[in-house]
Amino acid sequence: MPGTPDKKSVSRPRIGDRIFSNLTLFFALLILLIIAGLLVVLNIDAWPAIQKFGISFITSISWDPVREEFGALPAVYGTLLSSLIGLVIAVPVSLGSAIFLSELSPVWVSRPVSFLIEMLAAIPSVIIGLWGLFVMVPFIRDPIEKYLGANLGFFPLFQGPPFGVGFLSAGIILAIMVIPIITAISRDVMHAVPSTQREAMLALGATHWEMITGAVLPYCRSGLVGAVILGLGRALGETMAVTMVIGNSYKLTASLFSPGATIASKVASEFSEASGDLYIGSLITLALVLFGITLLVNIIARLLVWRSVSVKGTGE
Amino acid sequence: MQRFRKNWFAVLAVILVAAVGLAGCSAPAVAPAKPPAPPVNLTGAGATFPAPLYTKWFDEYNKLTGVKVNYQAIGSGGGISQITEGTVDFGASDGIMSADQISKAETKSGPILHIPMTSGAVALIYNLPNIGGQLKLTGDVLANIYLKKIVKWNDPAIAALNPGLKLPDAAIAVVYRSDGSGTTYIFTNYLSKVSPEWKDKVGNATSVKWAGDIGGEKSAGVAGQVQQNPNSIGYVELAYALQNKLAVATLQNAAGKFIEPSLAATTSAAEGVTLPDDMKVMLTNSSNPDAYPIVGFTWLLVYVNQKDQAKGEALVKTMWWAIHDGQKYTEALSYASLAPSAVVKAENAILSIKYQGQPLLSR
Repeated sequence: MPGTPDKKSVSRPRIGDRIFSNLTLFFALLILLIIAGLLVVLNIDAWPAIQKFGISFITSISWDPVREEFGALPAVYGTLLSSLIGLVIAVPVSLGSAIFLSELSPVWVSRPVSFLIEMLAAIPSVIIGLWGLFVMVPFIRDPIEKYLGANLGFFPLFQGPPFGVGFLSAGIILAIMVIPIITAISRDVMHAVPSTQREAMLALGATHWEMITGAVLPYCRSGLVGAVILGLGRALGETMAVTMVIGNSYKLTASLFSPGATIASKVASEFSEASGDLYIGSLITLALVLFGITLLVNIIARLLVWRSVSVKGTGE
Repeated sequence: MQRFRKNWFAVLAVILVAAVGLAGCSAPAVAPAKPPAPPVNLTGAGATFPAPLYTKWFDEYNKLTGVKVNYQAIGSGGGISQITEGTVDFGASDGIMSADQISKAETKSGPILHIPMTSGAVALIYNLPNIGGQLKLTGDVLANIYLKKIVKWNDPAIAALNPGLKLPDAAIAVVYRSDGSGTTYIFTNYLSKVSPEWKDKVGNATSVKWAGDIGGEKSAGVAGQVQQNPNSIGYVELAYALQNKLAVATLQNAAGKFIEPSLAATTSAAEGVTLPDDMKVMLTNSSNPDAYPIVGFTWLLVYVNQKDQAKGEALVKTMWWAIHDGQKYTEALSYASLAPSAVVKAENAILSIKYQGQPLLSR
């Protein structure tokens, strides 16, 4: 009995293995098929708008369902601006807390805090949106925007009436939603740095701070970029919470206080009641634009990661 | 190559086994649909505004007759496209189908009817603390506020209408519905009737190009923005304003009277408008002196030629019940009942529904 199954498995894979490998191949191909199908269907439905507006769809600022003039620029701008605000807030906070959790805190602190951060990531976005609308927005309007408007109002970013809802609120909500993601991944990435790296740095006489900046962070730089990009991906596509706090105005303004719109919020708001091929086509073209932006961001991120890996390689 | 083919064969086998397994599972589930007198199930989809009333109706009607009606509140636009595709037995909409939509539906399944079920009003809500009274507005002033031509509360045009009120020297924060909705359709229909400039610049649709400041998502979003922002004005369906006890403005109607939105003033609107037989009419700016001016029907969309006798019969009987006995449920849910003149027209429409050329219901 012993020996024979081994021999058999070497000469010829078992039937179970073959079925399993084919099944996984099938699933992998299925994903490709779904993406291809998605693109085909989106393009078919978007075609009336693409045909009518062409590339000017991206540069036009009008959105008029009555006259059927549609353009994406305010939504593209709103998507990028709100995500940028979100990242500007979220990246320092997330990296800081990840460094603390992985390098500095005692276990009895990091365990429960890590658990809470993961809990935060699991809160449905509609709940965060409601909280944002009824708790955060009044607070942003009354001390924060009023103060900024009164003291920094000469700066175009802080002009206009303080409505509370707007790009600033949307950015802050997005920051709250992406912080858990970036923190959790960054912490795991830092955990994966071999302790020999840390010990070597300390052995050279480095301080704790020098060890973190000189050994830990450079070692896991590509992982950290990946964490930020995952966060950005969520921010770009986030719909419900942003729709509730961004104020849904389709205008192009420099002020952070101004109500605006993102691609996802625009599609979510208007899709159910849209009628006419051109109107629906324009909303779907908007979705395609978001698809494109997400793809672009991912490509840029890949390039950044590759570059940082190769730079590190030559540096050593 | 050979190995590859073998692999595919294995995949195929797995799929086949799975398919056979699934078929085996589903087969017995189909069988019990046979027994005599199968209960009739109707499905409908559309407007969200009347959904609470429809749910109540269909629930009560189910207790009375056993007919089950499954209504999905997916929005008027969705209701129109679903009835056009024929995936539901009836659609529901707060707006009249466009000529385009009608011709699309008619080439598919023949003439389609708009049958009014109830009517709704759009109330103006505002946030002006300590002004010492109820705000009065005219259609023209309202249009100019929403066009951002009147930008301050103490504008002479508003002050002239409200001599007793302490209107603040503050910018008006104009709040609108950001999602496409029947409420916006009725509101912009009214503004298009009273303001040529509105008709010209903005127009009438479920979603328009707003000049206003803040878009709120659904009624709750609009009401929330108005409650949070001092010196704001917004519009929500009357039912929402009544249930949440929001401060509403009185509005001057076509007869020159200032009317507070109420269920009675909503029902009255149908008495000042000539109702065509096809009932494709907006009740806005009614000439009845007791009518509130921003009012609209909400309709069921039904094909004249029904394809299934049992379903068609159940459908006409359900609608007949809804426009008669069903009307008693309207008030408790803050909907306005149909005016008698509208009920007569709705009856005629229901009586015209046929199966293979034969009317499904007669008096």
